[in-house]
Amino acid sequence: MVTVSEVQTEAQFEEVAPKKPWTKVAVDLARRQPLGVFGLAIVIVMIIAAVLADVVAPFNPLEEHFDAMLAAPGTDGYLLGTDEFGRDILSRLIYGSRTALLVGFVCAIVGSTAGLVLGVASAYFGGLFDLVLQRILDVFMAFPLIILALAVVATLGPGFENVMIAIIIPFIPQCARVVRANALAIREIPYVDAARALGFSDARIILRHMVPNVMAPYLIMLTTFLGQAILLEASLSFLGLGVQDPIPAWGLMLTNASEFFEGSPWVAIYPGVAISLSVFGFNLFGDSVRDVLDPKLRSR
Amino acid sequence: MGALLEIDNLQTHFFTSGGTVKAVDGVSYDVNAGETVAVVGESGSGKSVTALSILRLIPKPPGEIVGGEIRFQGKNLAFCTEDEIREIRGRDISMIFQEPMTSLNPVLSIGMQLTEPMMAHMQMSEAEARERAVKLLELVGINEPRRRIDQFPHHLSGGMRQRVMIAMSLACEPKLIIADEPTTALDVTIQAQILELMKNLTREMNVAMIIITHNLGVVARYADRVNVMYAGRIVETGKASDIYHRPRHPYTLALLKSVPRMDRPRQAKLDPVEGQPPDLTRLDGGCSFRPRCKFAIDKCAESYPPLEEMGEQHFSACFRSKESLAEIEL
Repeated sequence: MVTVSEVQTEAQFEEVAPKKPWTKVAVDLARRQPLGVFGLAIVIVMIIAAVLADVVAPFNPLEEHFDAMLAAPGTDGYLLGTDEFGRDILSRLIYGSRTALLVGFVCAIVGSTAGLVLGVASAYFGGLFDLVLQRILDVFMAFPLIILALAVVATLGPGFENVMIAIIIPFIPQCARVVRANALAIREIPYVDAARALGFSDARIILRHMVPNVMAPYLIMLTTFLGQAILLEASLSFLGLGVQDPIPAWGLMLTNASEFFEGSPWVAIYPGVAISLSVFGFNLFGDSVRDVLDPKLRSR
Repeated sequence: MGALLEIDNLQTHFFTSGGTVKAVDGVSYDVNAGETVAVVGESGSGKSVTALSILRLIPKPPGEIVGGEIRFQGKNLAFCTEDEIREIRGRDISMIFQEPMTSLNPVLSIGMQLTEPMMAHMQMSEAEARERAVKLLELVGINEPRRRIDQFPHHLSGGMRQRVMIAMSLACEPKLIIADEPTTALDVTIQAQILELMKNLTREMNVAMIIITHNLGVVARYADRVNVMYAGRIVETGKASDIYHRPRHPYTLALLKSVPRMDRPRQAKLDPVEGQPPDLTRLDGGCSFRPRCKFAIDKCAESYPPLEEMGEQHFSACFRSKESLAEIEL
């Protein structure tokens, strides 16, 4: 009847569109997601500031100038003024962005990735494993973010690494929950059974066949966590449970400023602006990522 | 040396809140090396569950193989360890699923999906596996295999994807392929191409095949032997020509009368199988086809009729096969 060579008439396929130059892609993106690109710009400025801190910061952030304590912005080259020890606020903000970004990225990536693996595994294995894991995650979800983070710091003690652990732990169940919901749908699609029928191990099916299919919710959670992590780190540092002096950190600068801001408001205003602006930037960026990756939520 | 695959009194039940569903209730059949065996039945007759049981792909809970044996080359697959069955899956027994549109992973390229089982089961290097993947794609009739191999499933049509699935199922030179309604989701013209391809390839490579289908036309043309299933049991089994021309079970007869046939004058109207398949949670001891059967007698309610020999390799599970149905020639 039909031989192998005769059946090649099945629909021919359109060629893949030629690659657009990246500048055009960027312009298109800016037109469709103006706020997201604005957020991304803030993030990029922050990253540049953090990476090039040694070059762009006018002073050593730890150097104390006792001749210029609480100097007003603009005096003697201190663009944003100095704090109670005469340390340059602009330089401290720039170095502080390192702390913020490091905590933000490490916590967001580790937290959401752990959530990703747990969520997919939970959906894949199902049954008792799923039930028990979800109840454990429920326990963590029952606490407000900041309370849980406070509890972790209270247990582990303050310090840079402990703060990161304290921020990561509440993130894991949040991401796991969202990823599991998506992975449950993926689990029912025949290619997962097909992979099982090909004799692949559970770990291989989870990591190679299911995880790439839940990348969209994963990336959405990741970008949302970035802003949250920065805000949480600032909050913990503000409460004195996070990063310790003299490491420049925005939350810590706010704490120290609380005694002096009536007379010298700049010591509180600029770190506050830095925190708000960076969280704002990450959230705008995160929202756009969600719009692009999740067509169901896209408005029209 | 016995058959390649021997299924002996297999029982797969699903334990649900509505009761125990006896999806497969004492099924036995053999598959010899290189042979194509069809399993026919309507939806819910247990034909797919039997096939999934062979590879132990029954979701557990709620499903479980509660009894019987599945001997593949002498090894009982029904109760071996998870590691042992994983060795068999994909390597000795592979499976082609019904839905080519969703049986391939959308985020992995054709090449990655084709080479993965070869690297996992045959310890091939990536380059060797890729070379073989190109050959396989060519074998299943995909043009420009070197270009296709880097494409993703959404670049291919349904027929092409099913060809890729066939290539995947052949990748590790299995001894048995289970095809679960391989053409149901395809256009009629493509169905014929795909079946022809599978028939030719399995014959050339001497691979045995179990085709699960509800399409009797497929059976007539491509199968050596046929098992007709109803409500979790085999009601009739025999050579394809016997089943097609000399059915001895009322259900087989009803099935054959319900489809149009090209090889005889057009009838005024088709004769559908009246009624519904039984609720598998509430089977009584009698014949489960009884409520829909034109030949039913009182005896049918008392006990389930055993499979009785009707001819060479031809068995039917009906008390009346030898009297009322004995003379039927289609």
